[in-house]
Amino acid sequence: MIESLNPLLASAIAAAIPLILAALGELVVERSGVLNLGLEGMMLIGALASFVAVAHGGGLAASVIAAMAAGAMIALVFGFVTLTLQANQVAAGLSLTILGTGISAFLGRQYVGFRAPASFADLPIPGLSELPLLGPSLFSMNLLGYATIALLGGVAWFLYRTRAGLALRCIGESPVVARSLGLPVIPVRYAAVAFGGAMAGLAGCYYAVAQFKMWQEGLTSGNGWIALALVVFATWRPLRVGIGALLFGGVSALGLYLQAINVQVSVFALSSLPYLATIIVLAFISSNQNAIRRNAPASLGKAFHADG
Amino acid sequence: MPLRLPFRLIPRAQPSQRMLLIAPLLAVTLTLVVGLGIFAALGQNPLVAFRVFFIDPVSDINGVSELLLKASPLCLIALGLAIGFRANIWNIGAEGQMYLGGIFATGLAIHFHENGGPWLLPAMILAGAVGGALWASITAFLRAQLRTNEILVSLMLTYVADLLVKYLVYGPWQDPQSNNFPFTVSFSDDALFPVLMNWWDWLEGTRINLSLLITVVAVPLAWLFMDKSFVGFQLSVAGLAPAAARYAGFSEKRMVWIALLIGGAAAGLAGVTEVAGPIGQLNDRWTPGYGFTAIIVAALGRLNAFGIVLAALLMALLYLGGEAAQISLQLPKAISQVFQGLLLMFLLGCDVLVNYRVARRMPANALVNA
Repeated sequence: MIESLNPLLASAIAAAIPLILAALGELVVERSGVLNLGLEGMMLIGALASFVAVAHGGGLAASVIAAMAAGAMIALVFGFVTLTLQANQVAAGLSLTILGTGISAFLGRQYVGFRAPASFADLPIPGLSELPLLGPSLFSMNLLGYATIALLGGVAWFLYRTRAGLALRCIGESPVVARSLGLPVIPVRYAAVAFGGAMAGLAGCYYAVAQFKMWQEGLTSGNGWIALALVVFATWRPLRVGIGALLFGGVSALGLYLQAINVQVSVFALSSLPYLATIIVLAFISSNQNAIRRNAPASLGKAFHADG
Repeated sequence: MPLRLPFRLIPRAQPSQRMLLIAPLLAVTLTLVVGLGIFAALGQNPLVAFRVFFIDPVSDINGVSELLLKASPLCLIALGLAIGFRANIWNIGAEGQMYLGGIFATGLAIHFHENGGPWLLPAMILAGAVGGALWASITAFLRAQLRTNEILVSLMLTYVADLLVKYLVYGPWQDPQSNNFPFTVSFSDDALFPVLMNWWDWLEGTRINLSLLITVVAVPLAWLFMDKSFVGFQLSVAGLAPAAARYAGFSEKRMVWIALLIGGAAAGLAGVTEVAGPIGQLNDRWTPGYGFTAIIVAALGRLNAFGIVLAALLMALLYLGGEAAQISLQLPKAISQVFQGLLLMFLLGCDVLVNYRVARRMPANALVNA
């Protein structure tokens, strides 16, 4: 009985990893007071960049670097428009998604239909991976999976245990106070936006090179938006992102699992589960406005003009 | 400072009315320049590409008809969205609301396939508007009652609506004679907008139909609502000065409902004009993303009814240009989406000129020397 849950758990974790990566990046961006709705676009750009790198024989390291660099670069366009030119962050984020979707579809045309020549292999940890229930899923991930766990801890440590993390959170709460303390508001926000882009790019790399092993238009199928919802779900706490992502991953995995065991429900109904789950969870979380108000960065989404 | 720009921004006391008009023109120009650069980088002669993209598609009456056919739904959706955007209510799920409009209209068209009548099309139009508004009401309810983020909910619902369309055209509504292709039966004449060439010979061969009338009526109505009615005024105040709106006692919940129901109904109508217009059936890839493009149309048109008409025409031209470039230059059709994204990004960037004056940054030692 327990063995039959193994594939379910494994695919829940596989679905959770890219969500964690993208949401962690966005969490840092939002903690600095910037709302970047362009996750989907940055993920697609990262996915294509990583696939191109690996398709031209660059290998896995190159694919990771290409994805993160491409994600960060397109994020900096958003950064320039919102942080330097003071544009509305919601509109700029949407336009980043449209731009990223368009550019990746345009440049990716010639890569459709090819298989990635290399992919991330599962690396079972001897001993641990033989544990019942969690062993085969949690301790037999690929390199990106383990890196995600490390990043999860790393971001939590950075935000709550380092001076730089404190400065970033301060900037997100009140850029005016932060500036009077001599903190470099705009540069820190630029750095956060670039980090968010790199993480979204890495999530894209996971989809293109590790999971699907191919490039396809709109490959990320709305997961960038689910990652955005995840940040709200986690009330801007990194470790809760991990829990939330597993929950969402579990819902998508459940859909696939039910298909696999031939449950008489439409494929389309099952595919809509993650989106419906997102709506329900968001509604549930937002019904507790106190928790949102207590945890949301106070200056989130507001432009800050540094006067000079 | 890592980014020491050679200029600095000085806030204006009042938004510049002049720049409000210049910024979109500047953004269009910048997009054109970058676009020509892209064509050149792809080894195309930029001037030839420009002609193929922007001139050829509208050089005959058929092209103009196709332009209007695309601009009309874009304009309709953008008008509805602009009403919400003015109040800072970000309904970005118009695409899904449009699907529901198409689904509701198609339901009627299929059910009364054999025994329709002149009443069928008006009933479909009504059903489409209701369908779009109903889909948007989910977002409105969650936002008004629970303060759930309307951006994420309306977008998630778009993915669900897309799957709903797929379920219907692969399942219960599939044309029995379709050999398993995902589309419904072709609508009967009673369920289609009459094409205008029935009345005017000089439109011979064009597909433009009576649905254009809906948009033509909607533009002045939207203008009256947004700029001349009290509710429109309330929405604008809520967007520009939320605190002032609260002190004045404007109900936020009511604004959320108004904005989303109108936006949903407009998108639903656009859905009807598509399925009962050039498509003539429901299938799984019947829209080129009008619901998303309309967001750009609304922004480029400055959330103004007449500005939106111009912006819709321009965006429709981008679609036609993309199709033409695919056929005669073998470029991927996604080039139009690249242009759309660039245009919106440039517009947002240029908007800095509305609220800020750009001044040259003085050299560091200028003060000392003075």
